[in-house]
Amino acid sequence: MPAPKQLAEREDLMSGGHRACAGCLPMTAMRQMLLTAGKDTVVGCATGCVEVVTTIYPYTAWKTPFIHNAFENSAATISGAEAAYVSLKKQGKIDKKINFVAMGGDGGTYDIGIQALSGAMERGHNMLYICYDNQAYMNTGIQRSGGTPKGTATSTTPAGKVIPGKTQFPKPLTEIMIAHDIPYVAQATPGYPKDFSDKVEKALAIDGPAFINVLTPCTRGWRYPPEQSMEYARLAVNTCFWPLFEVEYGVIKINRKPKNILPVSKWFEGQGRFRHLFKEENKGIIDEIQAEVDRKWTLLLKREEMTQA
Amino acid sequence: MARRLTLSGNDAAAEAMRQIDPDVVTCFPITPQTELMHKFAEFVADGEVKAEMVLVESEHSAMSAAVGAASAGARVMTATAANGLALMWEIVYIAASNRLPIVMPVVNRALSGPINIHCDHSDTMGCRDTGWIQLYSENAQEVYDNVLQAIRIAENPDVLLPVMVTFDGFIISHTVEVLDALEDKDARGWIGDYKSTYSLLNTDEPATFGPLDLQDYYFEHKRQQIEGMNNATAVIKSVGEAYGKLSGRAYGMTENYKTDDADYVVIALGSTCGTAKVVVDEMRAEGKRVGLLKLRSFRPFPHAEIVAGLASAKAVAVLDRSVSFGAPGGPVHKEILAALNGTGHTTSIVNYLYGLGGRDISTTHIRTVFEELETVAGKSIPADEVRFIGLRG
Amino acid sequence: MREKSWREIPIGGMIEDAGNADTYETGSWRTYRPIWDAEKCIHCLACWIACPDSAIQLKDGKMVGIDYSHCKGCGICAFECPDKIAALEMKLETEVND
Repeated sequence: MPAPKQLAEREDLMSGGHRACAGCLPMTAMRQMLLTAGKDTVVGCATGCVEVVTTIYPYTAWKTPFIHNAFENSAATISGAEAAYVSLKKQGKIDKKINFVAMGGDGGTYDIGIQALSGAMERGHNMLYICYDNQAYMNTGIQRSGGTPKGTATSTTPAGKVIPGKTQFPKPLTEIMIAHDIPYVAQATPGYPKDFSDKVEKALAIDGPAFINVLTPCTRGWRYPPEQSMEYARLAVNTCFWPLFEVEYGVIKINRKPKNILPVSKWFEGQGRFRHLFKEENKGIIDEIQAEVDRKWTLLLKREEMTQA
Repeated sequence: MARRLTLSGNDAAAEAMRQIDPDVVTCFPITPQTELMHKFAEFVADGEVKAEMVLVESEHSAMSAAVGAASAGARVMTATAANGLALMWEIVYIAASNRLPIVMPVVNRALSGPINIHCDHSDTMGCRDTGWIQLYSENAQEVYDNVLQAIRIAENPDVLLPVMVTFDGFIISHTVEVLDALEDKDARGWIGDYKSTYSLLNTDEPATFGPLDLQDYYFEHKRQQIEGMNNATAVIKSVGEAYGKLSGRAYGMTENYKTDDADYVVIALGSTCGTAKVVVDEMRAEGKRVGLLKLRSFRPFPHAEIVAGLASAKAVAVLDRSVSFGAPGGPVHKEILAALNGTGHTTSIVNYLYGLGGRDISTTHIRTVFEELETVAGKSIPADEVRFIGLRG
Repeated sequence: MREKSWREIPIGGMIEDAGNADTYETGSWRTYRPIWDAEKCIHCLACWIACPDSAIQLKDGKMVGIDYSHCKGCGICAFECPDKIAALEMKLETEVND
């Protein structure tokens, strides 16, 4: 099982010199994914922060083959590459094992790319899709996405005098992917590197489509100090806002059950995007979010018990 | 040895695809392209081809997966029409920009709205500036021949651009015609093997495809694309000649049909050219010096052939099957004017708009056009004057 | 890097030199600089696995230094370094003597 010590023996396949913001946790997720997947991995990424910061011509930070096509089609693009591999393998023109990883941010996955993702998963390509979820369209300037939490202040859902940030709960993307009945679905975060790395390894070992939703805090969009990126990833897990769990052929396993579950307000504190929620008139929103987090966590525990039985 | 077959245009394209046997075919159904893919799916189901068929959930993903597969070094084909082409437009542009030699039959159909399933050229004319080579076909024979030639054109190292082979929806796609096809071994020999310069699957020499290209290099990459398209003219001609030696049917950028001494010339593309040839033959028999200039390649545009083909013309009718709203004339008309600009040409040029949404064009219509040309010869025609064929007043 | 003509670069926007971003320096972005104390370091690699910029240098699985040509000074490494160890400390660039 790849813990940091084991990963350290492998080649770092993401170079320095990319232009991500200081403290960018999506880039940490990329490094961890590549350390796990290894060099024989074809990576595709939707338009977004990661794609932009890693491939400003004539520079690339990728030491694996990499393709960017457009915003909404990372899954379709990689499904095509995988089909080419299947075809060429069938013809005896290639024989080595190659991993196929498609990625997108929450905008490129929850929203504009969900059709291509759904199609690729349904078709059963042997590929892993990773959503690096930083909970808004960060690359274009922090606009709300279908993955943005309720109450979040973004550029398009500002905390105004009348409307206190985003009014909807996020789309349950991980659940939507579970409903696709694919062999492997998981939630992870680079804040728990071993867990994430284990999941990437497992997803790539499985024959067929896999999906991992990876929470990747964004210092600029979430408005917390950059050194605390890993901490905010862990807090999301320990408040049960972002449970670490995996679903293997329908069987749910929760990978981390916090002994001391923190209130969601502990995760909100210190994030500028939630500051307005601590005003007296908005406290009800935090209560509402807490109730939703509790409901989902309880349900997840029950589902785990049910499917494990 | 040719094989004489009786096929619809769609089946002719599928027959060429069977012989090409691409590594990957991506597809999403849209009328009137569907039968093309039904036929190819039968070849796949019967094990007659090795192609991996990716049956995607939209045309956008059809072109996206085609880009992914072509980037992985595969020979890739897809096919579409109308709204499907419009939906994939974003990636159509990217396929050309990434220099991927994808070949795509496009069955011409009117763009919505209102929705219509019949032929006009609004779909392919709408993406004439995407960087794809566009070959228009007159009949099922040309569909077959053009698809086979498109592979050689697209994959030529001096070109490396995707090619659309277009043919008129229903008029060609669903009409059964007799055509001559190559023997399989001749077709395979003609197509040859494909080896891409770069491949995503080459993990030992990893490359980055589709980077963020800003003010410092985007322009240079576009200049390279212009060069590829410029080179395509000579390649289309040489491939057309070589194909002629193989099949007995040579092709050029245009087909200048009885234009050498013609006083009056109609310019058209697609199936209308077949109709026009009948009229030309009839009127020639009556002693009229008329001709047809058929545009086979619209991208790259055949400037030299047009200038030559119109050398003796006193009046010319340009038949457009799509609208360029707000522009002086249809897309073909504008480009003909541009081709003649600076050549000292004094021909009277009239633009006709016809056939939108599948409105029929008959030999009578084309005869009327020729007759009108006799009356306008020598007159100056305003560039924004458009005449309509078959439109109720 | 000298800007090349359209005749000198691969077509289609291809970048053939994988990982050449390594030659692009982002070290000047730093406001704070992580200072590593080799004596205190227990080589748990908590900094290395968290660094977004591949700037923690390893040799044989152990930390040997920081790549200041790429480190942007985010401070994740110092934050992740166990409190009891504190082998990394952030200092203002203006207060560091090179």
